[in-house]
Amino acid sequence: MEPIRVEHLCKSFDGKPVLRDFSAVFPAGKVSALMAPSGFGKTTLLRILMGLELPDSGKITGLFGKKQSAVFQEDRLCRNLDAAANIRLVCPGLRREEALRAMESVGLAGCAGQPVRELSGGMCRRVAILRALLAESDVLFLDEPFKGLDAETKQTVMQDTKTRCAGKTVLLVTHSREEAQAMGAVQVLAMAKLAAAPGRQA
Amino acid sequence: MRSITAAKRKRRRHIRLWAVLVWLCVWQIASLCIGKEFLLVAPWRVVVRLWELGGTGDFWISIAWSLLRIGGGFLLGAAAGIFLAALSARFRRVEELLAPAMLAIKTIPVASFIILALIWFSSRNLSVLISFLMVLPVIYTNVLGGIRAADPQLLEMARVFRIPPLRRFRYIYTAQVLPFFRSGCTIALGLCWKSGIAAEVIGMPDGSIGEKLQQAKIYLATPDLFAWTAVIVCVSLAFEKGFLVLLGRLIQRVERM
Repeated sequence: MEPIRVEHLCKSFDGKPVLRDFSAVFPAGKVSALMAPSGFGKTTLLRILMGLELPDSGKITGLFGKKQSAVFQEDRLCRNLDAAANIRLVCPGLRREEALRAMESVGLAGCAGQPVRELSGGMCRRVAILRALLAESDVLFLDEPFKGLDAETKQTVMQDTKTRCAGKTVLLVTHSREEAQAMGAVQVLAMAKLAAAPGRQA
Repeated sequence: MRSITAAKRKRRRHIRLWAVLVWLCVWQIASLCIGKEFLLVAPWRVVVRLWELGGTGDFWISIAWSLLRIGGGFLLGAAAGIFLAALSARFRRVEELLAPAMLAIKTIPVASFIILALIWFSSRNLSVLISFLMVLPVIYTNVLGGIRAADPQLLEMARVFRIPPLRRFRYIYTAQVLPFFRSGCTIALGLCWKSGIAAEVIGMPDGSIGEKLQQAKIYLATPDLFAWTAVIVCVSLAFEKGFLVLLGRLIQRVERM
């Protein structure tokens, strides 16, 4: 599997540059972490890689034909469906029993049949994470996936995430170096410097 | 929480019943003051007349006939409205093409449509066409608004996970559009019954409620007029409630995974 290469990527909104000449290589089958203060273009970079935004210029290779899944900054769950149905929405082949077993592993046993509008913020977050992990994918985009989880739950979920991500190309956006380490990131890119330094290669 | 809501609902129902009773009293007093049945019939006479009419087969056939045609027009209009709204949401040109037509249907008086339709077609299925025309723009506008208001974040999620169009429609759009469709149906159901009966009164197709109303006018049979009006109100309300309940069940079934 080839790595994802980003070359000289530029993106601005209303004339305000968010990404300037950003280049990086994300090794295939490994976890890469992106760290930067808020507003430095981490989410914009992920959105471009996911195909939700078009860059102003630059080149991306290594993503064509690859199945993607994501944990967005927001949970983005269907409020009308229950937790298990939200997971199965993106995994058509997954049986309900399999979804329930996976939910048990992150402490969501017993709330599979509840509509997500009745779940707490932390529970919704775990459903969103599990949805991304169970979806058939080659590349995973995780945008601050563990925010809003208490310390104990975060440890359990991070461990589960790491196990389920094995062999996949993962781009993890985080503010915490500990999270990056716990996820076994092979590289940590400090995006603020990259975005501000034209032409620099990670 | 549940008991408070139930209590509130019960209180509201009591207020409604009380208001209805007051207006019935006002009606009774007014009819006594006027003293001429052909001008204003007393409420109890309407009830008696309804009882008499209920004993005849013709009464039920007329209700079934009108219900079938007006209900059919509503269902056709709703289906066409959903289909055209989906097309318009997908293709800008379709929306541009339909905009003048929808505006024309909304603004042209229903009487003009009825007369035109009588010139072009027979009066037999006039109420189908008229209720179809009344329902179409309401459902079209509401459903299109619902599709446009669908949560863009969920649609982005569907794009990233490559959820197939049919699943997107079934699990994402249905829930997002439903409140818009439901409110459109509530408006359209009232409209289609009013305009459908108006079409029957003008077109006088055999054995319809509209024909009975017209006959009541010709023979100055005010109790019949009031009795048939009460029937229209009841049938219209029952159809609306029944349809919305069925819609809710259908949606539950569609969204079940």
